[in-house]
Amino acid sequence: MLRRPFFWIIALVIAAFAGLPAIGNDVELRESLVLACVYITLASNLNLMLGYAGYINFGSIVFFGLGGYICVWLIYSHDWPLVWSLLAAGAGVSGLALVFGLGILRLRGAFFALSTIGIVEGVQAFAENFTPWGGSSGIYISPQVFLPLGGSARALWVIYFALVATMGASLYLSYFVKTSKFGLGLLAIGQNEDAAAILGVPTPRYKALAYSASAFLPAIAGGLYFFKSAFIQPSDAFDLTLSTEAIVICMLGGQGTVTGVALGAFLYEQLRGYLLTSSTFANFQLTIAGVLLLLIVLFFPAGLMGFIYSRVPAAKKVLE
Amino acid sequence: MSAAPLLALDRVSKRFGGLQAVNNLSFAIQPGEILGLIGPNGAGKSTLFNLINGVFAPNTGRIMFDGIDITGAKPFAVARHGLARTHQIVQPLTNMTVFENCTVGACFGKDNKPLAAAREAAEAAIVLTGLDDRRDMLALHLTIAGKKRLELARALAAEPKLLLLDEVLAGLNPTEVEHMIGVIRKIRDSGVTILIIEHLMQVIMNLSDRIVVLNYGEKLAEGVPADVARDPQVIEAYLGDPKLAAELEGQA
Amino acid sequence: MAETILEIEALETGYGEVQVLWGLSLKARRGELTAIVGANGAGKTTTLRAVAGTIAPWRGRVLFENDDVTHLPTHQKAERGFALVPEGRQLFSSMSVGENLELGAFTKRTGRTYAERLDEIFTLFPRLKERQRQLAGTLSGGEQQMVAIARGLMSDPDILIIDELSLGLAPVIVYQLLATLKQLKAQGLTILLVEQNVHLALAVSDYAYVIAEGKIFTEGLPKELAAKPEIRKAYLGL
Repeated sequence: MLRRPFFWIIALVIAAFAGLPAIGNDVELRESLVLACVYITLASNLNLMLGYAGYINFGSIVFFGLGGYICVWLIYSHDWPLVWSLLAAGAGVSGLALVFGLGILRLRGAFFALSTIGIVEGVQAFAENFTPWGGSSGIYISPQVFLPLGGSARALWVIYFALVATMGASLYLSYFVKTSKFGLGLLAIGQNEDAAAILGVPTPRYKALAYSASAFLPAIAGGLYFFKSAFIQPSDAFDLTLSTEAIVICMLGGQGTVTGVALGAFLYEQLRGYLLTSSTFANFQLTIAGVLLLLIVLFFPAGLMGFIYSRVPAAKKVLE
Repeated sequence: MSAAPLLALDRVSKRFGGLQAVNNLSFAIQPGEILGLIGPNGAGKSTLFNLINGVFAPNTGRIMFDGIDITGAKPFAVARHGLARTHQIVQPLTNMTVFENCTVGACFGKDNKPLAAAREAAEAAIVLTGLDDRRDMLALHLTIAGKKRLELARALAAEPKLLLLDEVLAGLNPTEVEHMIGVIRKIRDSGVTILIIEHLMQVIMNLSDRIVVLNYGEKLAEGVPADVARDPQVIEAYLGDPKLAAELEGQA
Repeated sequence: MAETILEIEALETGYGEVQVLWGLSLKARRGELTAIVGANGAGKTTTLRAVAGTIAPWRGRVLFENDDVTHLPTHQKAERGFALVPEGRQLFSSMSVGENLELGAFTKRTGRTYAERLDEIFTLFPRLKERQRQLAGTLSGGEQQMVAIARGLMSDPDILIIDELSLGLAPVIVYQLLATLKQLKAQGLTILLVEQNVHLALAVSDYAYVIAEGKIFTEGLPKELAAKPEIRKAYLGL
């Protein structure tokens, strides 16, 4: 594994993310990279379901938001330290995903996709009515919580590095899965689920595992993100926009590839930044994302990586 | 014939709504033999395959494989016991290469091989079926003959004890048919038991050690090909009721 | 030996990537009933479909009265004098018997007027006259087969091509239909019949072809064929 060049390419990306803002103490760069980290984390994990197993999860935001809630709530109500809150969030959301997954993964295609949206709506409704979580007003945590981390300014750096680590873990996870037997089984399911079952791939178990695994790191990212904001409310935590953007990123970069997700996230963030600052398009961000998705699905189903692989076939040996 | 059968069906029945697709069917396959399954269209042959490999569960009866009761077991579980199957309408994993397709087959068969060992088994299967020149080609770019070979290679890669071949020769030209017959013989010689459905009667009657004839989901006859081909009931099932013509002459 | 009205020469065709016919050749002679038999999957229906133009022949030729009609569109074949009675009848089941028959006479070919043609058909099939306003889907199997044949006859064809006459029908009905076909043959109609029941096919035909594996396996006069083991070999391989 350590001999594969791609392993080191990922390491390089992580180093760049961590190092570049740190070197110049560039807070502005750091803040823009925070979003990139979140996108890459969400999209890489989404890839396990979307790109490998071929199951389109429209509601992947639920992992992010629920993870955020669990983490923030543990810190706010129970004074848990950050690390434990994050791990509890990850474990808790993964566990719930496994339970829910066993149910909804019996569905296929559009029915599965719709049920994932249903889960988001359901969890959001729960959060809005659950008083310990502040209902629809959400939870505010006081800046006191940053003290153990060395004060607000330092805390933001710690959180950032944790996010970079989470992103790195996501990239490595999707890479290791892809090159493993488990990943081969998932890819077979994505190509032809019935044929895969007949070949012996234990489809129900594999799908549930992929769904559950794809929840862990986004949950932790959510915990970090909302901890950083020191505030969480249902409408932010369960905004379907973010999961939709994760899908666009996967498709744009090349679903089923590890590199594609990172590239796609980068490109999308640039596009988004441009749209937000442009007076014409500021309000059409989601529309543009939708149109982009349509164009990709119709004309470039293999995304950016598909284009690169067709021009430079040798790249396939190095990149995943 | 004292060895225990590899596959035994005991009074298996399957109904779909108003249609009795398979009715009270019993037969056994001995290890190492090629058993041919024939019968007029709609006789229930493909349904039988689907019952054996777990796509459907039978309504009644039992299916024993290598001493284990696999009645109603799901397809992936059946594959784990060492049973592999090809399909009449080929089901390649389209966006994967020939090699990757076979690796999937090798990974999830009875030995539950790790990736490295699976790759070796895949390679062996590719060589046996003559696909080595197309090893890295995407499945969707293969010709129909190539796809049929891939279907077979993929099933072989799992190193099964029993191989179910469903119309593996349909649509192939005479040269390709000859090649496939050679491959099937090599597979049997390597110790794999084969249950084969085939419409090319000349082929199946000459390839099989024994034949089971189905008609309207029931067993009509069983035996060595030469005997089955002369069985009056079998002849009537294929050629039609001779009495019909006799009465017509009477009417004229 | 009567002249050849329809000739198929080295026909090759199939569905999508799958080739079914591998060079099939046969002749139907004017005023005769030519039968085609063979096991399921051998290519009988595919041959008829290729002749009718429902599927495109890949190689080979179809000649009708010495004209090359290989790639003639199906609706034009009807004008030329072909009528196909497809397997399983394929009637317009939610239309009446009368309407089905009307649709059989869609071509400009009917030299005599439509009404006269209809009368002739009703004379041949009195049962259909009684049921002209009945919905075709509500008829019995035998009556539906009558409608299918009658519909084919409405276009005043030179050759009537029937795919599976006896399938799913009671023997009594089959004999009636065959008797009617015999009558029509006497009037000069050429018939090409694909038939499941080999004995029946040999009993009613003037010449028979046996298809196996997409080619003609053997052919000959019915009495000669009935005596040889060739037919059994075509169906059963041994």
